[in-house]
Amino acid sequence: MQVEFTTTSLPSFLGTMEQLYVGFFETQILLGATAISFYRIVLGFVIAVVVGTIVGIWLARSKAADETLGSLVIALQSIPSIVWLPIMIMIFQSSGTAPIVTVVAMAGAWVMISNMRVGIKSVEPILIRAAQTMGYKGPELIWKVMIPASIPTFLSATRLAWAFGWRALMAAELLGTGGLGRTLMDARDFFNMDLVIGIMVIIATIGLTMEYFVFRKLEKRIFSRWGLSS
Amino acid sequence: MAEVAIENVEKTFVNEDNENSFTVFKDIDLNVEAGEFVSLLGPSGCGKSTLLNIVAGLEQATAGKVSAGGEPITEPGPDRGVVFQEAALMPWLSVLDNVRFGLKKQKLSAEEEMERAEYFLKLVHLSKFMQSFPHELSGGMKQRVAIARALALDPDVLLMDEPFGALDEQTRTMLHQEVQYIWEETRKTILFVTHNIRESILLSDRIVLMGTRPGRIVETFDVDLERPRKPSDPAFIELEEAINKKLAVEIDKVMREEIGDDYNSKKSALLYHSHRDMGDNI
Ligand SMILES: Nc1ncnc2c1ncn2[C@@H]1O[C@H](COP(=O)(O)OP(=O)(O)OP(=O)(O)O)[C@@H](O)[C@H]1O
Ligand SMILES: [Mg+2]
Repeated sequence: MQVEFTTTSLPSFLGTMEQLYVGFFETQILLGATAISFYRIVLGFVIAVVVGTIVGIWLARSKAADETLGSLVIALQSIPSIVWLPIMIMIFQSSGTAPIVTVVAMAGAWVMISNMRVGIKSVEPILIRAAQTMGYKGPELIWKVMIPASIPTFLSATRLAWAFGWRALMAAELLGTGGLGRTLMDARDFFNMDLVIGIMVIIATIGLTMEYFVFRKLEKRIFSRWGLSS
Repeated sequence: MAEVAIENVEKTFVNEDNENSFTVFKDIDLNVEAGEFVSLLGPSGCGKSTLLNIVAGLEQATAGKVSAGGEPITEPGPDRGVVFQEAALMPWLSVLDNVRFGLKKQKLSAEEEMERAEYFLKLVHLSKFMQSFPHELSGGMKQRVAIARALALDPDVLLMDEPFGALDEQTRTMLHQEVQYIWEETRKTILFVTHNIRESILLSDRIVLMGTRPGRIVETFDVDLERPRKPSDPAFIELEEAINKKLAVEIDKVMREEIGDDYNSKKSALLYHSHRDMGDNI
């Protein structure tokens, strides 16, 4: 990397602010790294949500699938997804975006699957029966009743998927290439502690903003609409 | 041909885990004529809901024949509207959309759908709350939405399973008037499950008293009183007494079995004879 890192062994508040300013507005290294990380988390998150929702609903609806794939999901869930990184690096023959996004998606997918499975299964039977008396059946019951009824569960699950994905992303980037995690490692290698702290601030800020301001807010709105208290 | 015909119906639940089976009732015969209002009354567990669910098509009879409008019942259908004890409204839909939800399956034009939903919400006096969400409504209002939703389908038969069971006395009295009004307006065939003797006399043409162990029809009472009925009317009180006496025998049987020999039947006679609460909380 063509980066000039200044060496400071003890981080200071001013130094950190300066590094953040320089990284975002002058060299734009931090801007680029943040963009890469954000791209990865969004991609991994979307995959996790789509795959997790579909598989979760499938497991909730099919007893055969639940009995086979269901236990596999539980088994896989207990493996921290970062453990998959070396294998993914081998499979993709790269240590960049592809294996990292896969790890992020896996981190979120398990929690999506298991929450959606429970969410669909615990839709109040009376709602389903009521819809049946009005002529709804089969896939329409799933679309018009079960899925909307489990929107609150879905939202809580996406918040968790994002949180797990974000943590997995940082771990993966520390070991892989590109993104905020890699830049943090580079800064450490150059003993630029101000930059290390600066990147940690970015990571914390993104995590907090998304989890508390985006997801929690959305969750609150939806929960009150659905007549639940969060 | 009766609007709802129940012939020799039996319902047996089989527990899949231990293969135990439990017969709720058998040899049930009941005909409900078009436009008739029939109440099902009986002790808890005698199978009132089960019978209603069979007519709704939500549950299958183990034996016997059930038909609505001459057609055998195999599955739920919009020709039979159901109102449950819980309003069962979709919490993510506004009051108006909840009523329209049922109409979505009826292939109406958007305007027609809107018109029908608004008409029936007006019928249950909820025009002002069309844009509200279920969690913003009281229990009685929710139940009125559920009634509007069922009526909007224009079913031939309206099945109601303790629709006012969870409501307070005042709300219930108000809804009794509303149901009477609706019935007079629409002349639906209504099968109405209740625990409340007074409610059944107030509303129905005929009261079917069910007993338990084995589940069966004990007696049928015709209510030949002019509407609107007054609970203070001597004939009303007389009928109330008569039904109460029969019902007490059935409740006694249940209590004896559930509680055992040390159960004091005098005590229950006292409990269930109270005029303030005619079998309201069995
Ligand atoms: N799915 C089921 N599996 C097994 N037994 C059932 C099932 N549903 C109902 N039962 C039994 O059938 C009997 C009748 O139940 P049902 O709900 O029809 O009674 P009910 O007359 O409506 O009582 P309540 O007045 O308390 O509502 C009960 O003993 C109940 O335990
Ligand atoms: Mg019942």
